[in-house]
Amino acid sequence: MFNKRFNFILTMMAFGYAFLYIPIVSLIVFSFNKSKLVTVWGGFSTKWYGELFRNEQIIEAALLSLRIAVVSACFAVAFGMLAGFVLARMKRFRGRMLFSGMTTAPLVMPEVITGLSLLLFFIALQDLVGWPGGRGITTITIAHITFSMAYVAVVVQSRLSDMDPSLEEAAMDLGARPVTVFFAVTLPIVAPALVSGWLLAFTLSIDDLVIASFVSGPGSSTLPMVIFSKVKLGVSPDVNALATIIIAIVATGVVLAMVAMKKQESRHKRDIQIAAVAN
Amino acid sequence: MASDNTKDKSKSPWNDPYADPYISIENITKKFGDFTAVDNVSLKIYKNELFCLLGGSGCGKSTLLRMLAGFENPTSGRILLDGQDMAGIYPYDRPVNMMFQSYALFPHMTIEKNVAFGLHQDGMHKGEIRKRVADMLELVKLEDFAKRKPHQLSGGQRQRVALARSLIKQPKLLLLDEPLGALDKKLRENTQFELMNLQEELGITFVVVTHDQEEAMTLSSRIGIMDSGKIVQVGTPNEIYEYPGTRYVADFIGSINLFDGNVVEDEADHVRIQSEDTDATLYIDHGVAVTEGSRVGVAVRPEKMKLTRNRPDQADNVAEGIIDEVAYMGNLSVYRVRLKSGKIVKATLPNLDRDTEQFDWDEQVYVSWKPKSGLVLLS
Ligand SMILES: Nc1ncnc2c1ncn2[C@@H]1O[C@H](COP(=O)(O)OP(=O)(O)O)[C@@H](O)[C@H]1O
Ligand SMILES: [Mg+2]
Repeated sequence: MFNKRFNFILTMMAFGYAFLYIPIVSLIVFSFNKSKLVTVWGGFSTKWYGELFRNEQIIEAALLSLRIAVVSACFAVAFGMLAGFVLARMKRFRGRMLFSGMTTAPLVMPEVITGLSLLLFFIALQDLVGWPGGRGITTITIAHITFSMAYVAVVVQSRLSDMDPSLEEAAMDLGARPVTVFFAVTLPIVAPALVSGWLLAFTLSIDDLVIASFVSGPGSSTLPMVIFSKVKLGVSPDVNALATIIIAIVATGVVLAMVAMKKQESRHKRDIQIAAVAN
Repeated sequence: MASDNTKDKSKSPWNDPYADPYISIENITKKFGDFTAVDNVSLKIYKNELFCLLGGSGCGKSTLLRMLAGFENPTSGRILLDGQDMAGIYPYDRPVNMMFQSYALFPHMTIEKNVAFGLHQDGMHKGEIRKRVADMLELVKLEDFAKRKPHQLSGGQRQRVALARSLIKQPKLLLLDEPLGALDKKLRENTQFELMNLQEELGITFVVVTHDQEEAMTLSSRIGIMDSGKIVQVGTPNEIYEYPGTRYVADFIGSINLFDGNVVEDEADHVRIQSEDTDATLYIDHGVAVTEGSRVGVAVRPEKMKLTRNRPDQADNVAEGIIDEVAYMGNLSVYRVRLKSGKIVKATLPNLDRDTEQFDWDEQVYVSWKPKSGLVLLS
């Protein structure tokens, strides 16, 4: 009876994981395919990787995406932090509900709408003040800042709400002026939230296809846009190679993060034990 | 005898009308919106006092303390510290330090850095800071933990770090918000004595907030009892215990037996009260200025009650009853006695000898007390 049920669960699990990972595994396998035909195995080769690195269009797009991601993540952290502070610290002011709703709206707004509205905004701005001078890297960066700062704001706000409010009072009580309090106490405590907010903003930016498609101009195609347009013309094996590289990077990142977390957790446990023994 | 008196006087400046208070709280009110958290409080606290603010949760103790530290601005009234008006002076400019209820240790700094924080703000020389911090950590017996982070310490150790951090700047006034709240009973008692020693040693004025009446009784030179934003009584632990001014205070400090009754005889040297709780009248050897017939309460502490099997030889202050419950506590026995009127009274008898007489469940007894044991409460 028990065994039967166990078998059932195992089967379901196998199906589930197969569903998730067979496409990815096949993608990786076919990236090492000698044949140009995507679905026919013609022997092992790494030539598509070589081809990929000779493909200037892809390399350029990747660099552009990275540049946009880094810049927009930095700005998103700066602006998101300010919004997070206001949301967490100013408990009562007129229109707080509206403000907090407006800050977090981009989280649930359909990307198509965000993209379209930003496009219309940039065109109107262009007509009015002659800036940003056509669409391209600037407009994509601005667009990415606007939607990713909402995520940063939420992360910072929750970190600040968890923080003991008397920490800052204690610093002030010991003679620290507000600026010192901020840099010596508040900032170090919210730093983890800023780091994770930055990573989140970076990922969102690298990942974005829809919004970038709306606000990009000629000659400023991001990596997702290039991949998408290549695939529209038929899947070529060098896209598989690119995807494999991205998967490798992401997997490494996830594993590193998990190891770091595990380490921290075990250190924390040990600390608690030490404290208990010392008491 | 005479020398005793002068000594008493120097030790109790609150009895000296010419003594200058160190902290003078004058008609302080604090409102949060429509809600009055602190209501027209006036209080004088003297140098080297260990003053306890005692009261139930939410009665405004912390708010009053935070106004002393400068974290809240009074809605009205003023606070003088050593004669200087504190209005508009920021927390970082006050010669006051506070130990927080949550300890508020900086989680990203080591114990050493936590303790040194205050000195760094003063721009003190590095070597001097190191020396002062080492001395302070030794004082609170944490020298081996200097390089640890707060989360690597136990509750008691964290409490001592918080204390060290608030003492390092040698403030003239130290504010402590429920300093021992998070400690277990044993550790609490030890720490109470450590606190008292420190206070005497360093000559700092302490204002301690607590909701624990035992703690307040043990620690303080004087206690201020708070109830919904108001100070209802200020006095030494002994005064508060023996002469509570109101039912609230009598009930809050220790346990008490309260009899309600009407004044039938009111002379300069005694009052006689007829209570529906007892057959005999209640006789108290101090007069009160009320009209005959008015309704008052009579408070008698459980340890001032006597239990006997035979009716004692006194006409007043005696009631017949049956033992309802017995609790043997070792050093004393606690009896709950059901009087004939149905009222339950509590009597605690010390177990002076191993064979001190014990009473049994359902035994018939007489509860009695002396004329000087009762206290008339008007409100
Ligand atoms: N910043 C605040 N805003 C609104 N109400 C407050 C604030 N601080 C305290 N109160 C209220 O004031 C009352 C007294 O609080 P407090 O002084 O912390 O009490 P306690 O005696 O338990 O320390 C409580 O009812 C509390 O809800
Ligand atoms: Mg409190």
